[in-house]
Amino acid sequence: MNQIDVKDLVFTYMSDEEIKQNICDNVINGVTLTVKKGEFLSIIGHNGSGKSTLSKHFNAILLPTGGKVYVEGMDTLNEEKCYDIRRKVGLVLQNPDNQLVASIVEEDVAFGPENLGVEPKEIRRRVDEALKAVGMYEYRTFAPHKLSGGQKQRVAIAGILAMKPDCIVLDEPTAMLDPKGREEVLTAIHTLNKDHGITIVLITHNMDEAVTSDRVIVMDSGKILIEGTPQEVFSQVELLKKHRLDVPQSTELCYKLRAYGVNISNLPLNIDDCVKTLKEVLL
Amino acid sequence: MRDVTLGQYFPSNGVLHKLDARVKILFLIAFIVLIFCSFNFYALGLVTAFAAAAVILSKVPVKMFLKSLKTIILIVAITSILNLFYGTGEPLWQWWIFTITLDGIFNAIFVTVRIICLVVVSSALTFTTSPTDMTDALESLLKPLSVFHISVHEIAMMMSIALRFVPTLLEETDKIMSAQKARGADMESGNLLKRIKALIPVLVPLFVSSFRRAYDLAMAMECRCYRGGKGRTRLKQMHFTKKDAVATAVMLLLTAGVVLCDIFL
Repeated sequence: MNQIDVKDLVFTYMSDEEIKQNICDNVINGVTLTVKKGEFLSIIGHNGSGKSTLSKHFNAILLPTGGKVYVEGMDTLNEEKCYDIRRKVGLVLQNPDNQLVASIVEEDVAFGPENLGVEPKEIRRRVDEALKAVGMYEYRTFAPHKLSGGQKQRVAIAGILAMKPDCIVLDEPTAMLDPKGREEVLTAIHTLNKDHGITIVLITHNMDEAVTSDRVIVMDSGKILIEGTPQEVFSQVELLKKHRLDVPQSTELCYKLRAYGVNISNLPLNIDDCVKTLKEVLL
Repeated sequence: MRDVTLGQYFPSNGVLHKLDARVKILFLIAFIVLIFCSFNFYALGLVTAFAAAAVILSKVPVKMFLKSLKTIILIVAITSILNLFYGTGEPLWQWWIFTITLDGIFNAIFVTVRIICLVVVSSALTFTTSPTDMTDALESLLKPLSVFHISVHEIAMMMSIALRFVPTLLEETDKIMSAQKARGADMESGNLLKRIKALIPVLVPLFVSSFRRAYDLAMAMECRCYRGGKGRTRLKQMHFTKKDAVATAVMLLLTAGVVLCDIFL
């Protein structure tokens, strides 16, 4: 069974009245995709491409106007399954300040399991485990406002992790962080994916973040533009540029060199590969 | 503005810190009743001794208590002076309409000591109990009210979220003020009315952003399966320990002492 199955998803923020008048303004316009268990999927797109809206469908925060979303076979339209779905798929939002509920780190992490009615002893165990997994255990008695952005975001991830989800969806988790905080959060996410086997869906508009994932989906005007491995996606430089999207800097460099007639076959995605490619060309 | 300590909680390893917050709140109420039930100097002395003991046991620097007393010094001064002149009986000293009697002096002393004890002991509670413990304790103590369809859990949740966001909003206020100042807003000069008016450009963005935060937070809470107080467990269970039993015994002794003093001395 797939982690998440999205079938012909259509979503609009408009009322039924407006839909009847045939004003077509769908935020999501016929998206079909699957998220496989254990994979690291990035969804990229510029502002207003519908990627954020899409992410909120993955745990029944938003419900489809048309089409279906299944989480481990459960239809998100089924209200009875709502909390089962949210326990399976956790959502981390952009602003770390706005998603911390309690005034002490460990109590905030405990919020999820508390809501699920987990035994106090088990909550303690889960909280410690989750905080250790994101490297925030030493800060468990701190107040959130004393932490840096990256630390707060890792606490927010721990809060989701404590509910023992199978999948974590992160909606631009690094958009409001400084480079150091971004690095911390990304490391934490990758650890969760590799060591804990948690499926990760990373919504981002930072191409360098998308490069490290298993699979990339590019969204534009509520539709899927390209889907494939980072290598496949970022080699289509013209198409991405046409849709106001960037490619990683090393890819761009080699792409421009190729345009000038330098013999480069495979476009690199990160600095190491770029150095290697250039070495081959030069030596 | 960043380093606000909320609810003036002062972490230390004093005995009072380890008491159950519910016990402490109930004791505070009992103590306030006792303060106003001590009618002679013996009883008052006993109550004062207890307040002093609370200060020592809290392991909070005395300076902190003095600080909280500083804010009420005016109230204490006014009430004690008023009491001084409102006594009945043989006048000791008289000038124009002012008369001081022995009764008045006693009254003044009583009022002063009572207010000081009151403030000291309530400060001892807030110094030794973290805001989260306090809201948890209140939730637990007020639970019987749910019989009258008062949603105690929701109220406690609102309180704790409010406490959580005070530092965040203060920080934001700071930022907005700087932003408005950078645009030429003048907030430091002019009379009171003018300064209040100058705050409007700060409050409007603050409100707008608070609503956005509230929306985000509600979504984050939904993501974490929040569905009210039903079926909810807690990480930190409140326990009535041996220490609380000892504290209860002390409190009962104090009550007995005050009552005996009132009756027999």
